Amino acid sequence: MALTQGTNTETLPKAKKATILNTLRRDYQLWLMILPAIICVIIFNYIPMYGIQLAFREYDFTAGLTGGDWAGLKYFEQFINSHLFWDLIRNTLLISITTIVVGFPAPIALALLVNQIRWKRGKRILQTTVYLPHFISIVVLVGLLNVMLSPNTGVIGLLLAKLGVEGNLLASVKAFVPIYVLSDVWQHVGWNSIIYLAALAAVDPQLYDAAKIDGANKWQIIRNVEIPAIIPTIIILLILNMGTVISTGFEKIFLMQNSLNLPISEVIETYVYKTGIVSNQFSYAAAIGLFNTMINFMMLVIVNTIAKKVARISLW
Amino acid sequence: MPSITMNRIRNKKPTDLLFDATVVAVCILIFFIVAYPIYFIVIASISDPTYVSTGKVLFVPKGFSLFGYEQIFSDSRVWIGYRNTLFYALFGTFVNLLLTLPAAYVLSRHEFKARRFLMFFFIFTMFFNGGLIPTYMLMRDLSLIDTPWVFIFNPLTVNVFNLIITRTFFENNIPHEMFEAATMDGCSHFKFFSSIVLPLSKAVTAVIGLYYLVWHWNDFFTGLIYIRNYDLQPLQIVLRDILLSNQVFAEGAGSGGTGGGYAQRYADQVKYGVIIVSSLPVLILYPFIQKYFEKGVLIGSVKG
Repeated sequence: MALTQGTNTETLPKAKKATILNTLRRDYQLWLMILPAIICVIIFNYIPMYGIQLAFREYDFTAGLTGGDWAGLKYFEQFINSHLFWDLIRNTLLISITTIVVGFPAPIALALLVNQIRWKRGKRILQTTVYLPHFISIVVLVGLLNVMLSPNTGVIGLLLAKLGVEGNLLASVKAFVPIYVLSDVWQHVGWNSIIYLAALAAVDPQLYDAAKIDGANKWQIIRNVEIPAIIPTIIILLILNMGTVISTGFEKIFLMQNSLNLPISEVIETYVYKTGIVSNQFSYAAAIGLFNTMINFMMLVIVNTIAKKVARISLW
Repeated sequence: MPSITMNRIRNKKPTDLLFDATVVAVCILIFFIVAYPIYFIVIASISDPTYVSTGKVLFVPKGFSLFGYEQIFSDSRVWIGYRNTLFYALFGTFVNLLLTLPAAYVLSRHEFKARRFLMFFFIFTMFFNGGLIPTYMLMRDLSLIDTPWVFIFNPLTVNVFNLIITRTFFENNIPHEMFEAATMDGCSHFKFFSSIVLPLSKAVTAVIGLYYLVWHWNDFFTGLIYIRNYDLQPLQIVLRDILLSNQVFAEGAGSGGTGGGYAQRYADQVKYGVIIVSSLPVLILYPFIQKYFEKGVLIGSVKG
């Protein structure tokens, strides 16, 4: 008994070492294949995370990425006390929440609608058309808005002028958020509906038959069969969207900005660009940018927590 | 035949009939709203700018004119931008695929122990990032600013979404038995990946290759943040200058102005034309590759 125990303690670590070596030997080719991607992500995604400390330090040209002397919360205080603080937070939240509230249900409605079409060819034509704007670049989209909404020469601008909407919509504080959100829906509603259409195609046909036998009309089938079937997809996508909504709009908001709509169109990210890249106040800009990251992350956690409690669906 | 149709209609509940009519009407409306702006740009770019600017061109081109296209073809900025973007897009996509495909294969191997941890390592970057300024500082420290490399190596070189699509495809389409049989014959991972997995994965390679390609083609951000030298600027920056900063004519003279009038009319036609010219590659390819784009979403959605 004692003898066997002795050999056990002696051989066990050896055997374990051997298995680690063995797995390494077995998997070294796999490691080599994934290594370039890992290195790339460490350099370009993780090192900038390490560089966030610049927000707490004085910027120093010679020190590079991580900055120089410790400055503590100086730049955060500077931002919170700046007269732009509440405007930026309000604009950022207003634009992103409106985008979610209007832009998120739109593809669900479109998918339910397209799913009703029985004429295959027509369905195909409609789908091909509504996916197309997704591939137009943001510069072209904003250019399109500019030429079409122009009050003197644009085709929509002239139409609106006839209907009694006066003035330049592109320079208007009131019209900025509607134009931003509606053009976003126009561009992405088709593309975002694909995933719901896939979920709808997976609905059990027996459920449809059962509903028909019960005498349900089409509207009742949508409400009681189709929508419940795609709820899990809806929740997962809602969580994913919440995590990224604030950071996706930078380019478009930046391009739509002009001096007249600036009171509503200046958001955290565009302000970070101006103070950091344009005016070289790197530490201050990094601190402001961290606000954005934190709001983003908070929204993700909040929605995920709610979804976990209410529907038992969670990302982690 | 008509009687059958009539019977079918008669057999339906009145609410369902109303419902169907509404569906058709709304679908036509949506089709019109999405298609019209694109159609309008096409006809406006070949019509007489005087008619366009007074709202007389609505459904058919009027007073044929190619003034806009003539301007664009003689504008060297557009061609330098085109050439640069073509180079960045092709070379960039090549590097994207070179990194993404093998990594996705590794992540699809169930016997690979570090798989779960590495998956988290990649997915984490989707939800948390260093932000604009630290990334800019990194690029500066690496001396990538104002070089073409920044278009190829940046935080989106390994796109996690594409990585997940590819991994899911490998998991569902490469049977595990196939690898076991291959290893028994002495086949290594390298060999198995290059001579069995890749030839079987043309569809997913096309899908994510196209995603990367379109992303490079439409990338405006990289040029805006990291490039100062105008000779290196991609097409989207040139487009911005023409479309939005109203620097329509290369010589700078008569650059439209916002006061409307004669010059603005012609400037607008150049804009319509340049929208077409810059989107042409995507628009021409779109009908042929549309099914691949759609496929990507479907593959990716199989397992969330």
